[in-house]
Amino acid sequence: MISNDSIRMEKLCYSVGGRRILENFDFQLDRGVNRTILGISGAGKTTILKLLLGLLEPNSGTVSIGNLCITGLPESGFMQQRKQIAIVFQGGALFDSMTVGENVGYRLFEEGHLSQAEISKIVLEKLGFVGVEAALDLYPAELSGGMKKRVAIARALAADPDYIFFDEPTTGLDPIGVYNICNLMQRLQAEGKTTLMVTHDLATAFATSQRFTFLHDAQMLFEGSEEEMRCSTIPEVIEFLSPTERSLFV
Amino acid sequence: MTAAAIDKILLSFFYELQNYFTLAGRTFVRIFQRPFYYREFAIQFDKLGFASLFICILTGLFSGMVMALQSLIQLKPFAATSYVGGMVAVTMIKELGPVLASLMVAGRVGSAITAELGTMVVTEQVDAMRVEGTDIIKRLVGPRLKAMLLALPLLTIVTDMVSIFGGYIMSAGYQINPLMYISGLPQFMVFQDLIEGVVKPAVFGGIIAITGCYVGLNTKGGAEGVGAAAKKAVVLSSVLILICDFFIAKIFVVFRG
Ligand SMILES: Nc1ncnc2c1ncn2[C@@H]1O[C@H](COP(=O)(O)OP(=O)(O)OP(=O)(O)O)[C@@H](O)[C@H]1O
Ligand SMILES: [Mg+2]
Repeated sequence: MISNDSIRMEKLCYSVGGRRILENFDFQLDRGVNRTILGISGAGKTTILKLLLGLLEPNSGTVSIGNLCITGLPESGFMQQRKQIAIVFQGGALFDSMTVGENVGYRLFEEGHLSQAEISKIVLEKLGFVGVEAALDLYPAELSGGMKKRVAIARALAADPDYIFFDEPTTGLDPIGVYNICNLMQRLQAEGKTTLMVTHDLATAFATSQRFTFLHDAQMLFEGSEEEMRCSTIPEVIEFLSPTERSLFV
Repeated sequence: MTAAAIDKILLSFFYELQNYFTLAGRTFVRIFQRPFYYREFAIQFDKLGFASLFICILTGLFSGMVMALQSLIQLKPFAATSYVGGMVAVTMIKELGPVLASLMVAGRVGSAITAELGTMVVTEQVDAMRVEGTDIIKRLVGPRLKAMLLALPLLTIVTDMVSIFGGYIMSAGYQINPLMYISGLPQFMVFQDLIEGVVKPAVFGGIIAITGCYVGLNTKGGAEGVGAAAKKAVVLSSVLILICDFFIAKIFVVFRG
């Protein structure tokens, strides 16, 4: 079932430095169905997000946004389609030569459709949504890790995207920070945005997503709902949900 | 070494070469396209060009002085010290001014460009910019190329003038008539040499900017990768400058007839 309102990859292979990261990988993100990709560190989760955005070129297979296949196109060819997607990078990826305000207003400023005053208003509104208005004139280097994440989310929201990718949004945050991010994602979903999250944090995943994908050894090992995942008989999935002594590295 | 290994090295060399020229070509075309990023250009011109003024003045002063000193020693036995101004001027304007200024700037600016862009790559800022819909070449490479294309010829002119002044100080110390020094300046030159003296630094400026950006944007790994990239950019641009210097000189010799 291929719908026009989706982002998907088909039969995708990707390897880097002679190592297979993804092999014959199929993935589809439909509008309105929030998803989480799970998998151990280094499995290739961030790579999937970058491939979906066309930031990396697959070795074979295709990536499509809506009904446009972006694989093989130059970046300018799918810029418009990609603008419906925003991403919150693992480390925030804030532009460190710009203030928080300039970071959040970056796209609006670059596009140049709005006046300075209108941009400032939107920036303040988005910063308010994540609760960091006070940081408006600070530089990213002056922020704490949690604040960086929230500013990065505000930047992703500024251009009003339909899809938002979150790369480990709760990693390294205290429980209150995690709760806040979780709540924020739920508020976004209530506004009609579709989220795709990559995380190791099962509680946040189950609280914010309907479908789960488990990535292991370049393959999609499991794909389904929370109940299906909890009842799964796949050893790796069982081990991931509740690690036992068998998983010890030593 | 096996044939397969050589094959692999050659392949990756030509692959890199192709990418380098692709970046250079694309950037050159896109600096004439909107948006022009004037503010970014002004920042880069100040940071890369204007801030290099002092080292270029120092370079010019001392190389002019040493040129005059060495020429004086050589010319004295032939009672030909009146040629000293002309010798300093021709070597500095055609060769040493452009090359020395460019090498100094390559060390200073090439590494700075690479480190900045490399850090942006490894912290995913470049990816973030692309997702925001920015053309990386127009936004990051273009302003740096424009800044260097303009700044390096200007810096070279300053270097040349200061070096001629340095030669003048040295000659005055050796009791050369100042008027003789000044009137002797153009004696070995034709107008075309002045053109050569600004074409070279413009090309070298392009090499520094493109090499810095190319190496920076292809940075791999973390902080260590950025350090390695900066080193690579300086070495690569310095070598390219010296190679191109030869070929540009050769071309001008041909046209001189
Ligand atoms: N530029 C690169 N060069 C070489 N290997 C790379 C590169 N980028 C990623 N990799 C490898 O690809 C694999 C997948 O990386 P990716 O960042 O997608 O992992 P991840 O699942 O997001 O891990 P984490 O949860 O730790 O963020 C890793 O094993 C990594 O070693
Ligand atoms: Mg990751």
